Amino acid sequence: MAFWTLFGLRKGSASTKWPKAVDDHGQQGVLGMPKVLDGVCAEGCEACIEACPTQAIGRKEGASQSGIFIDYGRCITCQRCVEVCPEPILQASDTWALGVRNRDELCWQAALQTPEATELGQRIQTRFRRSLHIRHVDAGSCGGCESELQALNNPFYNLHRLGIYFTASPRSADLLLVTGALTRSMLGPLRTTWEAMPEPRWVMAVGTCAVSGGIAEGGYTCGHGLDNEMPVDVYLPGCPPNPAAIIHALLLLVGRSSQHIHAGRLP
Amino acid sequence: MSGQIQIRNMLVDDLPTALNTLLATGGRMQMAYAWFCDGQPRVCYLAAPGAGQAFECWSVAVPSGGLPSLASIAPLLGWYEREIQDLVGIVFRNHPEPNPLVLERGEHTPPLLPGAKGVVMTTAPHALPEVEGEDIQELDFGPVRADVVESAQFRFFYIGERILRYQPRLFLKHRGMERRFQGLTTEAGVVVAERVSATASLAHALAYCQAIEDAAGCEPPPRALVWRCLLAELERIYNHLHYFGHLADATTLKVGQAQGRWLEEQTKQLLAHVCGSRLPMNLLTPGGLRRDLQLPDDFAGQLAALEKETRYYLDMLSDTSSYIDRLQATGVLSQQVAFDKGATGPIERASGLDRDLRRDHPYADYVMLAPEVALRDAGDALARAEVRVEELRHSFTLVERAVGRLKPGEVCSTCVPRPDSFGLGWAESPRGSLFYAIYLDQQTRLARVKIKSPSYSNWRVFPFTVHDSNMMDYAINEASFGLSVAGCDR
Repeated sequence: MAFWTLFGLRKGSASTKWPKAVDDHGQQGVLGMPKVLDGVCAEGCEACIEACPTQAIGRKEGASQSGIFIDYGRCITCQRCVEVCPEPILQASDTWALGVRNRDELCWQAALQTPEATELGQRIQTRFRRSLHIRHVDAGSCGGCESELQALNNPFYNLHRLGIYFTASPRSADLLLVTGALTRSMLGPLRTTWEAMPEPRWVMAVGTCAVSGGIAEGGYTCGHGLDNEMPVDVYLPGCPPNPAAIIHALLLLVGRSSQHIHAGRLP
Repeated sequence: MSGQIQIRNMLVDDLPTALNTLLATGGRMQMAYAWFCDGQPRVCYLAAPGAGQAFECWSVAVPSGGLPSLASIAPLLGWYEREIQDLVGIVFRNHPEPNPLVLERGEHTPPLLPGAKGVVMTTAPHALPEVEGEDIQELDFGPVRADVVESAQFRFFYIGERILRYQPRLFLKHRGMERRFQGLTTEAGVVVAERVSATASLAHALAYCQAIEDAAGCEPPPRALVWRCLLAELERIYNHLHYFGHLADATTLKVGQAQGRWLEEQTKQLLAHVCGSRLPMNLLTPGGLRRDLQLPDDFAGQLAALEKETRYYLDMLSDTSSYIDRLQATGVLSQQVAFDKGATGPIERASGLDRDLRRDHPYADYVMLAPEVALRDAGDALARAEVRVEELRHSFTLVERAVGRLKPGEVCSTCVPRPDSFGLGWAESPRGSLFYAIYLDQQTRLARVKIKSPSYSNWRVFPFTVHDSNMMDYAINEASFGLSVAGCDR
């Protein structure tokens, strides 16, 4: 047994300094959500709209030069739109930090004002003094979001270094973190968990399924996103969102990082 | 449809004899499912006569009075029959466990019947055994459990430390993924397959694509076949490393847990460099790969370093007596139960059943990669861990062999699906055998997709190792199975 202690000491710290060290997030190479570049679509071309399995892409006058817009809250980063686009309009990007406080920020809007979102951030900051206890509920996921959530406690991300913890009891949780397509049978346990949490309490939808229904939306047991069931404070789409994106969204909630996407436009 | 599967149209009355003959000659059942042929329900029993022999689809028309249950001859069929009754409404007579399994049965039309409307349905109620006696306590655990885990509900009947009976209630996460495929094009279906169980995303995409290729009669180019194996083995590596981190956690070996998770993280980061996705997704398509991939320049070095660290880690685990002691004689699964209830993957191989699809029914480039199959007889948690130790070590060798076989060339060939066709595809996922049976309609869109996932098989087996065991051992036993709930529930 003693050799484990020695081994542990000898290995030292494997933890990243991210987000303080800007590039040390460990997600190099990850393909994120597609970007809409300036350009004009070929006459009558709807290839991307047809290829999208989750109806995340649409056309709206003025949304971009081509009129193409993406609802990132519906995107599962499958890259099919990028592959079928005959013009250089849709492009793969390395953008994955897409946590937002307002669901509409994931969609294109001409003018978007979110004073509530700003105020929410300030309130959380005063209440929680930057520490956070999380209760996770899987409400019908494919296991991908859990795989990446479990990674948060590995030595690299080491969530504890940020004062953020997963907790077993909802009684001691500040944040309800929900993944999955919201199957009918999980709604009861989900609501019971939420009701067992002391106020003030916050809710985060993690993964495209929890944000909008995702790939399973429209199934005979599934829902259309968490905000149909309870008030949601932070939305993080992704399929699955990677651990760094989850950390970004958690820090966004406690007011320790800033939002990267505004009005449906990637940085 | 290739020579690897034969369709035998059979009469209902001939089924018991055929099944008895199959079992007597060393074959086994893989799964059963229903589909509709010209609007008429049929049930297919997928039989595996043995290594190297073609799979057989025993196809029967369903008479109005339903079918006789075959669960008393081949117990593993029990769950498939109950699922067919829940999803399609076909009745199985004299079923030993007639309760609903997946969905609550009631007024609504079963969801896989043609023209079923979009009613929102709930999971089947918890089917609890009748347990009588003084001092027996009941513990309801889940579906929301400690830590970050998938949702499932369990009921323990116990006295003191002793568990008398254990009854899981699964399918709370049933998302109806098989119906989600219906009406999609064969290319679009891959995206759905990858999201059935994301910790085996590549295995699902692979089995699905091979089923489509079987139906279309096309063969991907060599480079694509090698890439598929390379990615599949990297997927096995990160899954098995996760398994050991989890098992070390269950046996309260904290540094061992951290090291397992750290190695898993390094594998996921390596995957992101190789294919743009930490869980290998968005890569395969019927006919090959969606885009060509290049190994990063330092891939061999990174892999060698990871392999060295992994070997050292596995050696340290096997030198830890507290860890070994907790695994030994825990959750014993006998070979007979493993066979009867249909255990698969590392679980069956730890109970002495020598089966692995990569070797017995080779696909992609596995004929050339020549995988070795790890085998143990003890059937306890230690045997299950030892099988995974060997598989994990061997997966590094397979990746190295695949890298050596990666030659420049095309990565996708034309794959035109045929109208009204059928195909079967399979893969040995990290958790065991995975099958996709697909039927295309006249417009070559997906009409029916049946998924046989490894965790569906292994969740069926798992309770038999919990009855009559100790509470103390439960978490370790569950960890030693390495189950996925999403894969089971679909």
